[in-house]
Amino acid sequence: MLGFQLLNGFTFAALLFVVASGFTLIFGLLRIVNLSHGALYLLGGYVALAVSGWTGQFAAGVLAAMAAVALAGLALDQGLLRFVRGYELRQVLLTVGVAFVLNDLALVVWGGDTFTVPTPEALTGATEVLGVFYPTFRLFVLAAGALVFMLLSLLIHRTRLGALIRAGVDDAEMVAATGIDIRRVFLGTFMLGSALAGLGGALGGAFLSLYPGADAEILVFSLAVVIIGGRGSLLGAALGALLIGLLNTFGQVWFPELAYFVVFGPMALLLAFRPFGLFGRPA
Amino acid sequence: MNRRTLLLAGAGGLAAPALVRAQGTGPIRIGLLAPLTGVVASGGREIVEGFQMYWESVGKRAGGREVETTVEDDASNPDTALQKARRLVEQANVHFLFGNLLANTGLAVANYVRNTGTPYFIPVIAADDLTQRSRIPNVVRVAGYSASQFSRPMADWAFKQGWRRVATVSQDYTFGHEQCGGFTQKFTELGGRVTQQFWHPLNTADFSPYLGQLANAGVDAVFAMETGADATRLIQQYNSFGLKRRIPLMGSMNATDQSVIRTMGTEAEGVVSVAHFAEGSTNPATQAFVAEYEKRHQKLPSLYGFSHYSGALWVAEALKKVEGRAEDRDALLKAVRETELAGSPLGETVRLDGYGNPVYTAYVRRVERNARGQLWNVPIATYPNVDQFWSYEAEAYMRQPSYSRSFQGVR
Repeated sequence: MLGFQLLNGFTFAALLFVVASGFTLIFGLLRIVNLSHGALYLLGGYVALAVSGWTGQFAAGVLAAMAAVALAGLALDQGLLRFVRGYELRQVLLTVGVAFVLNDLALVVWGGDTFTVPTPEALTGATEVLGVFYPTFRLFVLAAGALVFMLLSLLIHRTRLGALIRAGVDDAEMVAATGIDIRRVFLGTFMLGSALAGLGGALGGAFLSLYPGADAEILVFSLAVVIIGGRGSLLGAALGALLIGLLNTFGQVWFPELAYFVVFGPMALLLAFRPFGLFGRPA
Repeated sequence: MNRRTLLLAGAGGLAAPALVRAQGTGPIRIGLLAPLTGVVASGGREIVEGFQMYWESVGKRAGGREVETTVEDDASNPDTALQKARRLVEQANVHFLFGNLLANTGLAVANYVRNTGTPYFIPVIAADDLTQRSRIPNVVRVAGYSASQFSRPMADWAFKQGWRRVATVSQDYTFGHEQCGGFTQKFTELGGRVTQQFWHPLNTADFSPYLGQLANAGVDAVFAMETGADATRLIQQYNSFGLKRRIPLMGSMNATDQSVIRTMGTEAEGVVSVAHFAEGSTNPATQAFVAEYEKRHQKLPSLYGFSHYSGALWVAEALKKVEGRAEDRDALLKAVRETELAGSPLGETVRLDGYGNPVYTAYVRRVERNARGQLWNVPIATYPNVDQFWSYEAEAYMRQPSYSRSFQGVR
């Protein structure tokens, strides 16, 4: 029973991590609290639904979701956010507006019914792990989350782009002063973060399903993850996702009446003692 | 995003509605409140579809007068619902209000019309006490149902299957407390046991923690009270965790509603629920309605669409009796209460009980695939004359407390 609930917590955490990693990258480097991240997640889910329905290939749906949402990120950054660069409050308000517009568009295009992204035959059914039968797709999400964490860690710590992102998180002006076109790094990061939201939408669309309002739910969870982990920290996002995932699961088991408090109470407590989160530093 | 207002004018065109206000002249003005945005937007859209479908089918006339419907978006939010109801009553001068989906929006409007006296018809707002302990004379549940009405026959049917131990899982709000209360009280009185009750917040993303406990609860069946996306997720995850093969799943009427199952697959097949409407019924009146609805909207009707179609029909019948005098509120309300509705898509005559809630034949329904591969609810057992008190004596029943998380009818 404990192993089963641990798996529940880990698999939910893996999905949260995928979504929140994109959020924290953008937040860390561009200093934009992108409140349209949830809407991008939902958009990714709907694109995955459409494309995998069309082609009959789940993988095609996932890739299309990532590409489409990365493009949406490009349009958002170059078409809108460019004009309010440096004004934090305006950026936040702008992203809220974009979230509303995207949600209403989704309502017009897909209607308000609840949809589930179809998963391939190989990932449906159950697999035996730790002596319990467990849905294969959730194990797949767990693996996907771990893979995303490894790839992002490699990117951040082993590549030039990663070095620029890390430097940019600490001091974007100094990076720019060394002659590097920080704008392009910003744009690349924004698109990467958006693509991760798209990936999250495709995965989440298959096990949490898609409906108007799904964006706000996932956004609240990823905000909590990022706040706990600290701005721009990948490891922080991973630990934050694990903490939220496990609290959410065990909170529902042990204190079902207090399900939300169990998740957000500890977050408030942590912030009282570490206002910048586990790994965050003051700007 | 809450500012969307649709003015759907009647045959008279878009004439300014407030110009003509003399007694009995000009069109009958109806205010329809529906959540066109927010969490239950799809249900809201179906409310409008069903409602308009009726009026269009009769040329937008009732009792010899034109009917003009103004649709307002309550945004799934009680504050907005109240504000829009005010606007409809005080500025658009509607003769009566219709609609709303979520209980909190309906209660907000009900409290408002308590003072204005505006007739308010609620085909979907199911809160028990609106037609029980805190009745409002001008609020009538035409073509609607109260929350615990159909979960009692569900309990009876479950007991007849030989099930003695049942767990409930439900959204943690009044609608869930009342449906589970009806089920739990009846099932316990019959001699069964409700061993565990799980209450989860609305919009629970991940049901796996509950499913793990249900798997080990040692129960004969599970009763799930879920609406909207929660229903989809629960049914889906119940299947993917392999519970569906082991423990039969009963749903509340809304858990297997068309609005939920029309986007689902095999995982929903076989789930059983109880309601007065079953789109898979062989009744000719029902099938005619279902076919017409599908022709217009390219989907099978949900409870929302069906209830508002029937609600409009009900009030139209009453308007006929009072010869279109929608201004005479008392006469209209009296006519609505006395109407025995014969031509509804249910194919049976429906009347209100003495408290403003309809009496129906209840169907135990199972989700099955029809000849065209769509999922729909097919009746498998029938309970005649199910009203909101069913086997209980009304006044005695209302002396017990309202159902809540802590009171489920078990002493």
